[in-house]
Amino acid sequence: MSIGSSFTHDSAKLHVSGHARYIDDIPCPFNTLHLAFGLSTVAKGQIDHMDLSGVLSSEGVVKVITAQDLPYENDSSPAAMDEPFLADRAVHYIGQPIFLVVAENHLLARRAARNAVISYKEDTPILTIEDALARDSYFEDGPRTYEKGAAEQAIYHAQMCLDGSISIGAQEHFYLEGQAAFAVPSDDMEMVVHSSTQHPSEVQHKVAHALGLGMHEVRVEVRRMGGGFGGKESQANSPAIACAIAAWVTKRPCKMRYDRDDDFMITGKRHDFRIDYSVGFDQRGKIQGVSFTHYVRCGWSQDLSLPVADRAMLHSDNAYHLDHCRIESHRLRTNTQSATAFRGFGGPQGMIGIERVIDHIAHHLRLDPITVRKRNYYKDAGSETKLDTQTTPYGMEVTDCVINAMTDALIEQSDYFARRKNIVQWNRENILLKKGIALTPVKFGISFTLTHLNQAGALVHVYQDGTVRMNHGGTEMGQGLFQKVSQVAAFEFGLDMDRVKITATDTAKVPNTSATAASSGSDLNGMAVKLACEDIRLRMADFLGGYYQVGANEVVFVGNEVHIGGHVLSFSQAAKLCYEHRISLSSTGYYKTPEITWDRIKGQGRPFYYFAYGVAVSEVVLDVLTGENRMLRTDIIHDVGQSLNPALDIGQIEGGFIQGAGWLTTEELVWNDQGRLMTHAPSTYKIPVASDRPGIFNVSLWTNENRAATIYRSKAVGEPPFMHGMSTFFALCDAVAFCAVQYPMLDAPATHERLFWACERAADGH
Amino acid sequence: MDIRFLLNGEVIVLDQIDHHVTCIDFLRETLGLCGTKEGCNEGDCGACTVIVIDQDTVKPLNACILFIAQINGKAIRTVEGIGQKDNLHPVQSAMVDKHASQCGFCTPGIVVSLVAGQINERSDHDTVLAGNLCRCTGYAPIIKAASDAEVLSKPSWLTEDRQKLRSLNASFDGSFPTSGDALAALLVAEPKTQLIAGATDVGLWVTKGLKDLSPVVFLAFARDLAKITERDDHTEIGAMVSIEDLFRWATKNSPSYATLLRRYGSLQVRSAATLGGNIANGSPIGDNPPALIAAGTELCLRKGDHRRNIPIEEFFIDYGKQDLQAGEFVECVRIPKELDRLRCYKISKRFDQDISALCGCFNIHVKEGIICAARIAFGGMAGIPMRASHVEAALIGKPWLDTTITNAQEAWAQDFTPLSDARASANYRIKAAHGLLRRYFHEHAGYMTDVLEVQP
Repeated sequence: MSIGSSFTHDSAKLHVSGHARYIDDIPCPFNTLHLAFGLSTVAKGQIDHMDLSGVLSSEGVVKVITAQDLPYENDSSPAAMDEPFLADRAVHYIGQPIFLVVAENHLLARRAARNAVISYKEDTPILTIEDALARDSYFEDGPRTYEKGAAEQAIYHAQMCLDGSISIGAQEHFYLEGQAAFAVPSDDMEMVVHSSTQHPSEVQHKVAHALGLGMHEVRVEVRRMGGGFGGKESQANSPAIACAIAAWVTKRPCKMRYDRDDDFMITGKRHDFRIDYSVGFDQRGKIQGVSFTHYVRCGWSQDLSLPVADRAMLHSDNAYHLDHCRIESHRLRTNTQSATAFRGFGGPQGMIGIERVIDHIAHHLRLDPITVRKRNYYKDAGSETKLDTQTTPYGMEVTDCVINAMTDALIEQSDYFARRKNIVQWNRENILLKKGIALTPVKFGISFTLTHLNQAGALVHVYQDGTVRMNHGGTEMGQGLFQKVSQVAAFEFGLDMDRVKITATDTAKVPNTSATAASSGSDLNGMAVKLACEDIRLRMADFLGGYYQVGANEVVFVGNEVHIGGHVLSFSQAAKLCYEHRISLSSTGYYKTPEITWDRIKGQGRPFYYFAYGVAVSEVVLDVLTGENRMLRTDIIHDVGQSLNPALDIGQIEGGFIQGAGWLTTEELVWNDQGRLMTHAPSTYKIPVASDRPGIFNVSLWTNENRAATIYRSKAVGEPPFMHGMSTFFALCDAVAFCAVQYPMLDAPATHERLFWACERAADGH
Repeated sequence: MDIRFLLNGEVIVLDQIDHHVTCIDFLRETLGLCGTKEGCNEGDCGACTVIVIDQDTVKPLNACILFIAQINGKAIRTVEGIGQKDNLHPVQSAMVDKHASQCGFCTPGIVVSLVAGQINERSDHDTVLAGNLCRCTGYAPIIKAASDAEVLSKPSWLTEDRQKLRSLNASFDGSFPTSGDALAALLVAEPKTQLIAGATDVGLWVTKGLKDLSPVVFLAFARDLAKITERDDHTEIGAMVSIEDLFRWATKNSPSYATLLRRYGSLQVRSAATLGGNIANGSPIGDNPPALIAAGTELCLRKGDHRRNIPIEEFFIDYGKQDLQAGEFVECVRIPKELDRLRCYKISKRFDQDISALCGCFNIHVKEGIICAARIAFGGMAGIPMRASHVEAALIGKPWLDTTITNAQEAWAQDFTPLSDARASANYRIKAAHGLLRRYFHEHAGYMTDVLEVQP
């Protein structure tokens, strides 16, 4: 049976043999041109004078395009129309594209782009959260607030209260394949765009607008990406528009890939946050009221910042039932890269706020943080006693909670309490090194919060030889979506996997698709493909039942065969028979997530169809003299419902955890006081390498059918495991806490330096 | 210049090749051999890893900072030349079986690194892969695949390539001096020549700086400069000794120096980079100079037939300025034999394949409880690798006690006024430098000091 089996990634053999094609590997027509952007070197100002003659006269340059040369619309934003594709007089960050070089090859384009002479009238840039607050630099009119109960009063009347703040740094996606696109104009100047994008429909839409075409005149194709992680949702627009415009102007195929440093300088990253908190609680650690203020550094344009900031608010409770909770969110405009989608989409930042609060309370009360966590968890569904209604701070009932049982299982499995005891002893014996351990939970809401995005389409063909080819709106960026969806089709027709082929995402096959984002890929597209398959199967069953004089309900598709009452046909024979009797063997499928409704202004409703849960324990060791540290062991139990493919799911969990741990430890983006990003290559920006993974690393799946009626009762898995990285961060806090009595107040990422200062502060007693 | 080499078993002959052409651009843009990926174009991600073979060695190298001229006379294997589509190399099969690829973009480089590791009979997979970034998998399945493939037999193409290399008849014109003497003569005649050894630094001047480097010479064939010679009271290490060979020497002669060298770049970088290059470039954050200074190393410089020897710390005059005359080159270093008190500590954001925020090397001798000699040198604390002479002075003659260490605390600021940059702040650098001295003391007192050695 194809569902629930650990098939390898559909392209695994192509990957390992080097034959998998990415955008830059597609063989190009001989006359293809190559592009590079010229970038702003100031963070805020007006272009005073621009001399591009040196660019134009550089070797191999065919054309130089500025904002004035654009054929139609000058915008690359996903929605807000506030993001000029090429800067038009005003510049808003260092790295903003100002002009586009079109040259005979990639190297010549890059070289020419450096020959511009541009002078600016510079303004004082707004770079930090504090700058933005001081200068009232906001998106939307001001802060947005969601509230349940009366937090301020509850805190005031609580037995104890604590205040604090945590800063959380940004994160670069560092997809291994940089942004890339390739546009080929057709004979009648329709545009075919190969793009490394998570959102082909948006690229189609933006290219159409850039050229003044209808969407029917632009076709976007995506076979695979070399990683996306949210970084190719809106950020893929610019290179695609660039290729389309250059192809339009020169009437030649045009290809663009960002050099890695340019990629860092141009594209948006995860939002950095500061979260101030105030919490009231009783002596057992039960939270009576909590208030968060989120300061979100959004960068220069709106991009996806509003829904990102919303999702942060929506995850301020994480797995905790809060009676009185207030969340205020400030979306700040700064002269830096426009922060964008990144795995978790604000959820991780929101969660770390409440996890910090829990950790802080536990430290204050000298309780094991697990005790405080369990005291505040939502109750598990299916508990024996009838539950009182438990709602999130935005009024959604939590009816599928499993976090208590998962936590107990992980405590047992990881031998948490015995290890904690050993750690206390070990830390007594070691002066310079300290160990720490922490358990953190994840409850992550699944669905796009912009409700209308929760829809998907599919196109399925059965050929007369009984093979199946299909297409859907989701894109493959490594997560194994294509294989999972193939498994759905194979299952629906009772076929082996080799009879089913999935094809490159193509806006001409399935229209009006949503981005492959919000972990929704297999939920939405799997269901759309299932519905299309069901359609075809019903038609086949109807016909075959009639043909053999049995009821359609006696027609069964299994084992590459069709059983019709007592008759058995191979699926190929059945398909041929249907074809010869003029039965349509092609269908579209369309799915929309049921039951969701959301008012983002009020902060009320059911934005999520369900929640995915998980829990992680990490152990670390820290050198107090330098802040150097290692992850020693991590244990994770994660809830993927009834898994479609356990191997692919475990891959997402392991990879997500390491990426999350990187975010909170070694991955530090540093801007200087002019607003220039100083860490713009892997030489200075350090994502985890092999030796950074914990020496012992156990991941298991929680056996648990999704209570919501998702595709075969599975759960989304793309984003939720990312947040298990928090266990590393809080284990480091724990290690620091062994140095002295003060609560460490550690900021993220917990670099060696930050940990060192935290140890010093804790030791100094302030 | 004309070069010839084997590519996946086929002879490639290139006439009049531009010496700026990198291996990756040649593979991808000239031949359309696109399995080798460009992830960063600076030797930090490993997506472009290829195997370079000669009669003695099998090296994984980053094709993005490898000039095509550097493989003259050698055999190169790309991911396409490792196994056939329907007959995968065992490493490739193991990668498939263990679900070790997700987006697949880093995968060719990882496969190539692992195949090189398998041929070289390595089981230290984390070190083998330190130069290969993967953003999807979290590495666990990749390491499982590597373990699975460890014991398998070496690919038949290795022997075939070596046989074919014997009859390749590559020629080495003036751009490829084949001895130190030839180089010395050439540099006297053309003192402005850019020397290219491993190209792990110079390569970036081209791929990122887009510079024109002319004229150039490639040093890889001056094999007499790549010798390690044991003398009575010192070891002579030629400038062209690769960091990986130096690492192997250090594992036997100074394990602590070896732990530092294991973290120098990645295996791809160490296999290309040379000791002479690391010294001659004068980088304030090169990891060898602090260790060599603390060890009391002598540097040998050569110009024509004239040689001079200086203590290596005197070579570094100021940021970007070395004591190197026109036409002169670094020939070798002489490291004293007594290295048992040498300890090398590197602080960087990430353990593997990162540039030092600071690198502190200590060589302190104690006689009857009194500190009798101290050589302490740091990288990352000034514009050049530098001795901590005030700290040394604060120690020498004092008892070897914790209080002596504490009392030396103020001396750091007299020795160094480090910068704040993206790697670390100035204050942290000073504090951590002092911390490393404490670590040195505690290590000798028998305490556990190294997080890398702690087990869960």
